[in-house]
Amino acid sequence: MKTNRAERSPRANRAVRTPGGLSVRLDVRALVVVLLLLAAALAASVVLIGTGDFPISAGDVLKTLMGGGNAGQEFIVNELRLPRVLVGLLVGASLGLGGALFQAVSRNPLGSPDILGLGQGATAGALTVIVVFSGSAGDITVGALVGGLGAGLAIYLLAWKQGVHGYRLVLVGIGVSAILTAVNGYLLTKSTITEAAQAVVWMTGSLSGRDWEQVWPLLWLCAVLVPLVLCNARALRMMEMGDDVSNALGVRVERTRALLMVAAVLLTASATAAAGPVGFVALTAPQLARRLTRSPGPNLLPSLCMGAALLVMADLLSQKVFGADQMPVGVVTGVLGGVYLLWLLVTERKAGRI
Amino acid sequence: MTAAGRTDRTLDNRRSTVNRLSAEDVTLAYDQRVIAEQLSVEIPDSSFTVIVGPNACGKSTLLRALSRMLKPTQGRVLLDGQVIQSMPAKKVARTLGLLPQSSIAPDGITVGDLVGRGRYPHQGLLRQWSTEDERVVQESMAQTGVVELADRYVDELSGGQRQRVWIAMALAQQTPLLLLDEPTTYLDIQHQIDVLDLCAELHEEQGRTLVAVLHDLNHAARYATHLIALKGGSVIAEGAPSDIVTAELVEEVFGLRCQVIDDPETGTPLVVPAARKARAVVGEAS
Repeated sequence: MKTNRAERSPRANRAVRTPGGLSVRLDVRALVVVLLLLAAALAASVVLIGTGDFPISAGDVLKTLMGGGNAGQEFIVNELRLPRVLVGLLVGASLGLGGALFQAVSRNPLGSPDILGLGQGATAGALTVIVVFSGSAGDITVGALVGGLGAGLAIYLLAWKQGVHGYRLVLVGIGVSAILTAVNGYLLTKSTITEAAQAVVWMTGSLSGRDWEQVWPLLWLCAVLVPLVLCNARALRMMEMGDDVSNALGVRVERTRALLMVAAVLLTASATAAAGPVGFVALTAPQLARRLTRSPGPNLLPSLCMGAALLVMADLLSQKVFGADQMPVGVVTGVLGGVYLLWLLVTERKAGRI
Repeated sequence: MTAAGRTDRTLDNRRSTVNRLSAEDVTLAYDQRVIAEQLSVEIPDSSFTVIVGPNACGKSTLLRALSRMLKPTQGRVLLDGQVIQSMPAKKVARTLGLLPQSSIAPDGITVGDLVGRGRYPHQGLLRQWSTEDERVVQESMAQTGVVELADRYVDELSGGQRQRVWIAMALAQQTPLLLLDEPTTYLDIQHQIDVLDLCAELHEEQGRTLVAVLHDLNHAARYATHLIALKGGSVIAEGAPSDIVTAELVEEVFGLRCQVIDDPETGTPLVVPAARKARAVVGEAS
């Protein structure tokens, strides 16, 4: 994985220009990476839809999606498995993009929602609903959303002093995360055995039983936030060079940062509300995307596609290896992500950064 | 709508007795710590102004205020007759550039890419990379002598090369005013002179207004056309170095006994600190 300086080639940046004076900059390699990741995510999705107690071939899945399947296939594909896969794609994409935003703003790969305690915040919200209010599945989603947003707000306010700086954000996040873990532990001890079982399933992060009810809110949120975030991507690239340089270049640093942090918290919190705290996607997706594109900059779109591809492939892996709905996807991403985190910490240590 | 054209027009229209950049009665503070009070400074147009003073005299703070990195708690900084904070960020960035003391080069960025980022204030969502951008980036790299480094990674460069690259980035911004915060710090003597020569060139050949904070008084006296000596947040003296740099001024501002002689190379004032023994005798006497 380590990029060798000798084999890194100069970037192929191309600009597409119109006679009217408009121009768009294209990073060819990043574009290819995005297209390949999209293809991988969609291919894995088709296979995933075909996987389960009633296996359906990829061809039949595609036929059914186009509206040409028989009644049984229609029901299984469109009502049971498609929404589940869509939730997976959307959750993965939101976590990938949210993670990339957090890491770019904090200028630190550890400044990810996983480390910062957003997942713990959502869990605290969900557990409160389960244990204290004995709420329904819908209530749990709302509770998780509120918890995630609350944790995001707390970290933002605590770390906010003349701008969020990398390590302060990470350290405050670790503190918030530790407190929330304790709160979650307390709530679990107060729960009955059924509540605890329900809570633990939620806490692992899973896609089973997700249907269209989870798809629509996520889809709308992404439809609004993704273009908004991408429009600010150029300013975010400038912010990588520090507040002074980006200010000097005419970036409204404080405003852009606040906007992007709010977007990142919304994306991560709603993804967590929909599927539970699926671990480490937000941490790993941007780093893996960056290694593929070999491009400096926040790599927002590649991270988004990487997140979606990672989550769907992790779900596919868990279904193929352990059987349908035996192993929540959060376990797989947790194991893969944990190994990755260790590797990251070791290499960072070797590079003398921590 | 070329931004460069607009900047040039503004430059012509505003040619008047009033200087483009000035601070009026500013109070500068970080949180509660006041660095300077009621400080007024004019940057003469087309000058190479150098701000000198002992550590913690507020010279970098003044530069931050002039470049709107720091908002004065009182008073105002004016750019082309307007309060700098009230102007659109990108408009300021097309008029006034800043090279901060420490800059972070993103991991794995090439020289060409970094210099290109200086074009940001001239770009927009649908005008991301024009032929003009490309031309200016090439020109800026040529001026700073980093063309052959264009495809190298910034983190592989030496300190002197890296500083040239950052200056190239600031040049690509095409601003008539350029502020530099200690551009020679951490460089060896050869590269210090190298960077200062480059600054002098930019000033003389292109008529840019340059404002720099420098530590070395002799460098300041040699290169500046206008010198501002600060102490404790107030201006002690300002003017052409040959007019204001005297042994008395150096003692007042830096508390250092010295002789001021003519620089044998340029004829500008050269500060020679008194020998240790001579200073000790004076110290006992006073």
